[in-house]
Amino acid sequence: MRIAIIDTSSSRAAIIVDGLREAGLTDVVPIDPASALLAQLERAHPEVVLVNLENPGRDLLEDYFAMSRALARPIAMFVDQSDEAATAAAVDAGVSAYIVDGLTKQRIKPVIDLAVRRFQAFARLQEELREARSALADRTAVDKAKAILMKRRGLDEPAAYALLRSHAMSSNRRIAEVAEAIVTSNALLGDLP
Amino acid sequence: MTRFRIGFLPLVDAALPILAHEHGFAAAEGIAIEPVRDTTWATVLDRLLYGHTDAAHMIAPLAIATTLGRGRPPAPLSVPFVLGLNGNAVTFSAALARACGLGNRLADPAELGARLREVAQARVAAGRRLRFGVVHRYSSHNYMLRYWLAGVGIGPDADVEIVVTSPPFAADALAAGDVDAICVGEPWNSIAVDRGVGRIALVTAQIWRRGVEKVLALRTATLDERGEEVAALLRALHAAAMHFVEPDAAEENAAILARPEYCGAPVETIMRAIADRLRLRQGASPIHFPDFMFQYREAANFPWRSQAAWLYAQMTRWDRTPFSAAEAEIAQSVFRPDVYRAALAGSAATLPGASSKLEGSVTNALGVGATQGRLILGSDRFFDGRAFDPDDIPAYLGALP
Repeated sequence: MRIAIIDTSSSRAAIIVDGLREAGLTDVVPIDPASALLAQLERAHPEVVLVNLENPGRDLLEDYFAMSRALARPIAMFVDQSDEAATAAAVDAGVSAYIVDGLTKQRIKPVIDLAVRRFQAFARLQEELREARSALADRTAVDKAKAILMKRRGLDEPAAYALLRSHAMSSNRRIAEVAEAIVTSNALLGDLP
Repeated sequence: MTRFRIGFLPLVDAALPILAHEHGFAAAEGIAIEPVRDTTWATVLDRLLYGHTDAAHMIAPLAIATTLGRGRPPAPLSVPFVLGLNGNAVTFSAALARACGLGNRLADPAELGARLREVAQARVAAGRRLRFGVVHRYSSHNYMLRYWLAGVGIGPDADVEIVVTSPPFAADALAAGDVDAICVGEPWNSIAVDRGVGRIALVTAQIWRRGVEKVLALRTATLDERGEEVAALLRALHAAAMHFVEPDAAEENAAILARPEYCGAPVETIMRAIADRLRLRQGASPIHFPDFMFQYREAANFPWRSQAAWLYAQMTRWDRTPFSAAEAEIAQSVFRPDVYRAALAGSAATLPGASSKLEGSVTNALGVGATQGRLILGSDRFFDGRAFDPDDIPAYLGALP
């Protein structure tokens, strides 16, 4: 069974391709979403097309699939009345799929399930990465703000931190926000006496 | 407070749900609207069908096609409110504009059609058919464009090629030379004009004046389960529509719609669409085309069954499927004048007495029966002067070129 992957995120596409291959589905064709989508699909002749829900090329794809009904191997929407739950899970995970008419559900379901799990795992990874990045940015801001306070108010590091913290608590803001404000105002007003 | 997540694409005609939210018309009805922006109609539809959204700003034919199961298993949708009539344009690439001798005003559809036909034939002979971009297979854009092309003797499938470009990419497709013309909603024609990559040739109101455009679509199940809340939503949208056409409100509305979370376009560009003042080519002064967009007057928000019937007729015509009386009935029943009437009884809204009319039959202002308010319909002509009788679709289809 040949599976084509169209994803605006190339790293997610790679993760899905790996997953499918590990599961023994080796006939996988990643499609480059940045160049002629339809020509690549035409060449690939896939039986299953996995695409991210928010892919900007979806209206184009659906038009192509509608036209392909006239061809020998019509492609239907994966949305199958018999498996509403699986479809809903896929849409929730952010994946959409199109399948050649007549492929049995038993053959498709593992592919979809795997794509859904990989999409979810990818989303979790993204979230963790985002959190890690913002934690790092917070720490940088706090360090900078401490240095500014130490220099301008002649404090040592624990005292600078204590000042930041007490101001954050009394103004009901996060320490990182107060630090950001100090860094910004220092950049704008730093040279003033 | 009960909440409606409403899917939309970045288009000026997504105005009513956005403004009902921003101006507090929704809150006044005791509901909250949460606009959910997407890039393609396919995603808007998936979110609606699988419950990421409760309602959607949608191209009218897509609601009918989804209910009929064209391209996917059928899923019943209902349309209790029309978000606007017309408001799209056909924009030519600079090269096509030159080849067709576009002037400084909007062309006459028949005259321009005759010139376009020559260009199209030359391109067929050269083995490079003209290519038009429309926003979706099941869009009024596709059907209006095809109606015009076929009406001026250009075969929409044989003599030219019609491909799909989602609205946010239409101007890019024109710029890249992927298409020779686009039929899309605002602000995307004006953006193409301002970038110098296209010239507005026609507005779709010249092809079918007062033609149905975007609608509010919901799953029929939502309508059944949340009837009272949907009624409140319709009242909020109606209030937004009434406010939208106030000349004094235009500037503020344009500023809201221009924001990055909505259209993400310059305020001045959005303003041109709202004010019916279109700049046809880069650097030119805008021309006034009255009722370019039509959001409120003449019971514009009323879901006429006959308009759904016209769309169904075009669907059988271009999908090349046989006319079916049963399908025609299902298609017309997607539009729900009953829900509109029930929700807006006792309000300032004009409620037509009938649910269906002869489309394209009004040339001069015509007073028609209304059970609430006074209703005078303006011209609703098709460019070729044909009229559409929803009770005799086969005869209509038989007479079309």
